[in-house]
Parts: sequence; C-alpha cells; structure tokens
Amino acid sequence: MSDNILCVKGLKVTYSVGTARIRAVDDATFDIPKGSIVGLVGESGCGKTTVARALTRVMAKAAGFEGGEMLFDGVDLLGLSEADMNKLRWRDIAFIPQSAMNSLDPVYTIEKQLNEVLIQRGGMNRREARARAEELFDMVGIDPRRLGDYPHQFSGGMRQRVAIALALALNPKLIIADEPVTALDVIVQRQILDTLKSLQERLGLSVILVTHDISVVAYVCDRIVVMYAGRVVESGDTETVLTQPFHPYTMGLYNAFPDLQSSEGLLTPIEGHPPDLSDPPDGCRFAPRCPFAQTPCSTQNPTLVEVGSRHVSACLRVDEAQQLREQAAQTQTWMGAI
Amino acid sequence: MTSAQGKAVTSTPSPVIAVEDIRKHFAVGSPIAAAMRRKSVVVKAIDGVNFTLNKGESVGLLGESGCGKTTMGRMLLKLDEPSEGRILFEGDDLATMQGPALRAYRARAQMIFQNPFEALNPRFTIAQSMDEPLSNANIAKAERADRIRKAMDLVHLPDPAQFLERYPHQMSGGQLQRVVMARALILEPTFVVADEPVSMLDVSVRAGILNLFREVRDNMGLTAIYISHDLALVRYVCERTIVMYLGCIVEDGPTEEIVKNPMHPYTKALVAAVPVPHPAQSHAPLPIKAGAPDARNPPSGCRLRDRCPHAFDRCAIEEPKATRIGARKVHCHLFD
Ligand SMILES: Nc1ncnc2c1ncn2[C@@H]1O[C@H](COP(=O)(O)OP(=O)(O)OP(=O)(O)O)[C@@H](O)[C@H]1O
Ligand SMILES: Nc1ncnc2c1ncn2[C@@H]1O[C@H](COP(=O)(O)OP(=O)(O)OP(=O)(O)O)[C@@H](O)[C@H]1O
Ligand code: SF4
Ligand SMILES: [Mg+2]
Ligand SMILES: [Mg+2]
Repeated sequence: MSDNILCVKGLKVTYSVGTARIRAVDDATFDIPKGSIVGLVGESGCGKTTVARALTRVMAKAAGFEGGEMLFDGVDLLGLSEADMNKLRWRDIAFIPQSAMNSLDPVYTIEKQLNEVLIQRGGMNRREARARAEELFDMVGIDPRRLGDYPHQFSGGMRQRVAIALALALNPKLIIADEPVTALDVIVQRQILDTLKSLQERLGLSVILVTHDISVVAYVCDRIVVMYAGRVVESGDTETVLTQPFHPYTMGLYNAFPDLQSSEGLLTPIEGHPPDLSDPPDGCRFAPRCPFAQTPCSTQNPTLVEVGSRHVSACLRVDEAQQLREQAAQTQTWMGAI
Repeated sequence: MTSAQGKAVTSTPSPVIAVEDIRKHFAVGSPIAAAMRRKSVVVKAIDGVNFTLNKGESVGLLGESGCGKTTMGRMLLKLDEPSEGRILFEGDDLATMQGPALRAYRARAQMIFQNPFEALNPRFTIAQSMDEPLSNANIAKAERADRIRKAMDLVHLPDPAQFLERYPHQMSGGQLQRVVMARALILEPTFVVADEPVSMLDVSVRAGILNLFREVRDNMGLTAIYISHDLALVRYVCERTIVMYLGCIVEDGPTEEIVKNPMHPYTKALVAAVPVPHPAQSHAPLPIKAGAPDARNPPSGCRLRDRCPHAFDRCAIEEPKATRIGARKVHCHLFD
C-alpha cells in the first residue's frame, strides 16, 4: 500500500541468552501511514524497544531476526545489504534511543556531535553544516547561540530537544523515538510533544513514538499500536481504539490509568504479570490475566482480524467486544481473574 | 494559626507535623569552581517552607524534578537535618529529639521508597529484610514471625511462605513494592512519607499499589505525605496537595480545588500540562515560558518570575508570602 511509509508483517526477533531463547517480538504486524504519528504502547518488557531497534537493524548482539518483513516505502529492509541499510539510517530513518538525553557524548560540544551527522553522513561542508545546525536548533526551540555548549550545560528537556534535532538533521522520512518524554516533567513533556507534533505537521514526517503512557498517545498520536508479550494485540485510530477497544488488554490498560479530567472512579489493576518470553503460554498470551478467557483461549492463537476501518484486534472473542467492554468497565470483573 | 475567614473551624486539631520556616542549603563544589579556587556553590533545595499536617491527613507533595520534594521528605523523617527552621512532631522538635524519644519516632515515622529494587538489600531474603526493622526495634524473636505474617497480609501478599525465602530479584516489581510497603508498616507507624512509590512500576500494576496505599492508610489511620510529580496520581490518593517550585511552596489546598481551579500561575501551567488518556483534550499553548529552573541560581523575589506570564515589577523585588483564599494558600503577588 502506497499510503504507508512502513508495513511490518509477522516480525519475529529472538534474543539468545545461554540456552534460553527469549521471543521478545513474536509475530508483530502493523502499518505506519505516511505523515502520521503512531504510538507504540505496552508494559515494560513487551518488546517495544526491540521492535524500534529492529526497524533500524541496530540491535543487541544477542538479537536475531527469525522472520517477517519490514517494508519501508515498499522496500523490505530485511533484504538490504548492511551497506544499503546504512545509507538509509539518518537519511530516511532516524532513531532516537530510549534515554537519548543521557546518551549524548559529554566530552564533545553539541555542534561537534551534530557535525558528525551533517558532515560525515550528510556530506555537507562546514558552512552548510553550521547553517543547518542553526536551523535545527531553531526548529526544536533552542537558541542557536548555544550550539557550542556541552551536554551537561543543558537541562534534561533541552538535551531531549537536542536528540530530536540530531534525528532531524538529514531530513528523514521516518523518525522512531523510543520513550522520548518518559523521564521528563509534565510541562517539559508537553513542550517536547508540541514540538514533535508541529515538526511532523510542517515537514510531513512520519513518527513512531514508543511509550508506555496512553495519555501521551491520546495527546499526540493519530494511531496506536498496542503490544502485549511480543505481539501486537490491537491497532487503529487513537480515538477509536481508546473509546471502542476490542482487545481486553486495551480495555484493562485504560481502566488502570488515572484520568485528571474524570470526576471519580477506582483505578483497576490488571492482576498478575506478563508471561516469561522464553517460555510463553500457548494460545492467547493474555489469557492467564484475562477476565474473559475461555477454554479455547489457552490453546488457540488469536490472529489480528479487521474489526473496523483500519482497526484490527487479536482476540478470540472479538465478536463479543461490545458486551466485554461493558463488563470491563466494572472493577469486579478484574478482581480475582487469576 | 487562625482561620480568619470562611467557615468557622470546629476545633483546631493539634497538628501531627508542623514545619516552621524550613531551609535546607547544600554546598556543592562544581569541578569548575573548585579548579578556579572559588567558593562552592549553594543549592537552596528548600528555602522557607511552612505547613502543618493534621492527624489522618494525606497530603501530596507535588512539583517537578529537583524542586526539593525528597529533601523535604528526608527532613520530616530526620534522615537529614534542616539548615534553618524547625520541624515539630506532636509538638516535639525533631532537632533535639534523642534517646528513647528518637527511637520511638524512628518506629512511628516511616519512609516508603521509590525504587523497590534499591530499597531492599539484594543479598537479603525477603524474610531477612522484614526482620531487620523488628530486630532493630528490639521486638522479641517469638513475636517477629507473627508480625511479619500480619504485615504481608496487610499488603495482600498472602501465603508469605511462598515469598519469604526469595531474594528480591526473584520477584516482580509490584510484589517487591508490596514488600517495601509491608516493611515500612511492620512497626505500625502513624506517619509515613511515600516517595514516588509507583514511579518504577508498570501501569497495570500501579493501580493495585495505589489502591493498597489508600486502603492501608484508611485502615491504620495514617498521616501521610505522598511525594510525586504526577498530579493525576496525587489526586487519586490525597485530599490535599502542596505544590512546590524551586524549594518553595507556591500553592497549598484541597486537591480537587487545585485541579478544577488552580490559582498560582505555576499550578495553572502544571494542571494544563497533564495529559489525559482520551483524545478530547486541549492543545492550547501552556501559560508559562519555557525554561529550566536552576536551584543554584534562583531569580530574586518570586522564583517563577522569569517564566511567569503575569510577572510585574514587584515580583522581582519581593518574595510573595502566603495569602489565604478560602481553604487555600497561594504564594503570588497577584493575590495579595
Ligand atoms: N539484549 C538483550 N538480551 C536478552 N534479552 C533482552 C535483551 N534486550 C531485551 N531483552 C528482553 O526482551 C524482552 C523485550 O524487551 P524490550 O526492551 O524490547 O521491551 P520494552 O517493551 O522496550 O520494555 P521497556 O518499557 O521496559 O523499555 C524483555 O523480556 C527483555 O528482558
Ligand atoms: N545531598 C545533596 N547535595 C547537594 N545537592 C543536593 C543534595 N540532595 C539534593 N540536592 C539538590 O537539591 C535540590 C532538590 O533535590 P530533591 O532530590 O529534593 O528534589 P526532588 O523534588 O525530590 O526531585 P525528583 O523529582 O527528581 O526526585 C536539587 O537541586 C538537588 O540537586
Ligand atoms: S508572584 Fe508574580 S511571577 Fe510569581 S507567580 Fe505570581 S505573578 Fe507570576
Ligand atoms: Mg524499551
Ligand atoms: Mg525525589
């Protein structure tokens, strides 16, 4: 489909640790429409960072691809040679790593670190690089006179902006940002998200925003991809998924979130914890925690099915979603599920 | 303390905690200053804070990173001494407390730490970690196992035998945070300070710990300080909130009022910045200038003035004092 900048199909990534094989991403399927911001959410360890890194093919040594495809503008990234893939990095796909603000090199000025991308990778001369660096600082809202500063001279929020500036350096089509606002205070978080959103609108960027916070997704993302234990369990328009979820995990996640605007209501935890990915359960991986699990759920593996326009969910009881939603809204449904 | 206006207060309860004009200044030697043989820099982590806590009250201490929340919490538990001012616990000055009185305070006032993985000794089994405060408090051996089981029950870790012989790394984050809470509650404190107790936990687990916190607090009648930078969480557990900025209180009042109608310019921005988990929300620019508060070099007068959209002459000259407005106290020249 040409309106997608990226189509990920059946992606599998496994870490080998000793004799154990951790199936961190096990059949992940989702699309990134051109010019959209897509939130990739799920709890710690569900494979968000692994997916993000897989897309850049910069992965831990222990990680290996086990299958699937990643079509970027129609080209399967897994089929590219390392040299060709390297040409895409920064120019077409830029990655902002988790805790990027702490990964800037403390001994070099910001300008020097920008130059590494602009000159070495982008082939600019010094003058062009300087002009671009100033432009980038303007874009992310930092005074260009501070280009000569060292990372420690910036606050956490400013360093995060620098990381965004670095990602934007060579005008990529797709930016993958891993938890870009997680460690930041709400005011700074809001300013960073606004910056990202306006850049996306102005430059027609596509953005994958990895986060565990559905409030952040609700604030800036056009679409949401919900992961659970290495799989995509639901994806669709943010508004639809958050107001009309089809997967019980999405319903549970929503109930567990405090909402400053709602007047009352008890937060409801999802009892239990995600499965061990070196030995995941058969069938639906959410079944051990799901209040709606039935016998087939522990043997039959649910696949993503279309439940609406560009909205998919992987639950065996997807046809009963309306009824499950009503039950999921009640706290007692989630008590003693296990 | 007088309640000059509003409804007459039936009887002013004597506070459990009274914080009187507390300051905490740290001398920090920056490497550059040291190299240039300059005097070390002073961080005014807490700079003139006053409040009282009544029995059974849960108060949120809210503010961004570095505003002094943990420093305040540590002084309340006498893990750190204020540079100036005093803290009274049931009328007794913490600074002069010693001997049996201090030991009693150490049992009655407890901290629940942020990172359950750091709060417990990784080389201790859960049983050893739970036993430590009991043995420090000279509780008879015979009584300890029973106390441990009770505390584990309290935090809904039933069947403690299953956990007691485990090490921290053999438990999930949510289970560990329950152990950390059980350990803090085992001496039956009356006052607890919880420092971001769920910030390291996953959303699906958080809700359970927050509910547990509310339940235990209500059942034990605890007086509690809940430290967080997340207003939505504070609102969930505290009826009153104290908002801090750069070592000072900017607003103090009922949480619900603060959420619905924040008065101080900083609180207004803070409330507006909190994202909510549904798509219909305001994207209006925040009513505050971008900027990074620096505790080593705070502005004169009002600490917020370089970022405040309403700042006027007086704000640069004079530190705003507390102005009482109904149940609230606001520290801003717009209101005095
Ligand atoms: N280098 C590695 N070697 C072995 N296992 C790993 C490695 N990196 C990640 N894992 C495992 O793979 C799974 C997925 O990890 P990943 O970092 O992708 O999760 P995540 O969703 O990004 O979590 P978080 O929200 O905590 O960042 C986890 O079970 C994790 O323990
Ligand atoms: N032992 C210390 N020595 C020097 N400075 C300190 C010390 N402890 C805290 N500070 C400084 O005091 C200020 C307040 O720190 P504090 O830890 O109380 O903030 P906080 O509100 O708890 O922040 P966070 O939300 O990040 O935990 C900060 O500027 C901090 O750097
Ligand atoms: S005192 Fe002045 S600067 Fe401070 S918050 Fe009020 S108006 Fe703004
Ligand atoms: Mg991650
Ligand atoms: Mg702190």
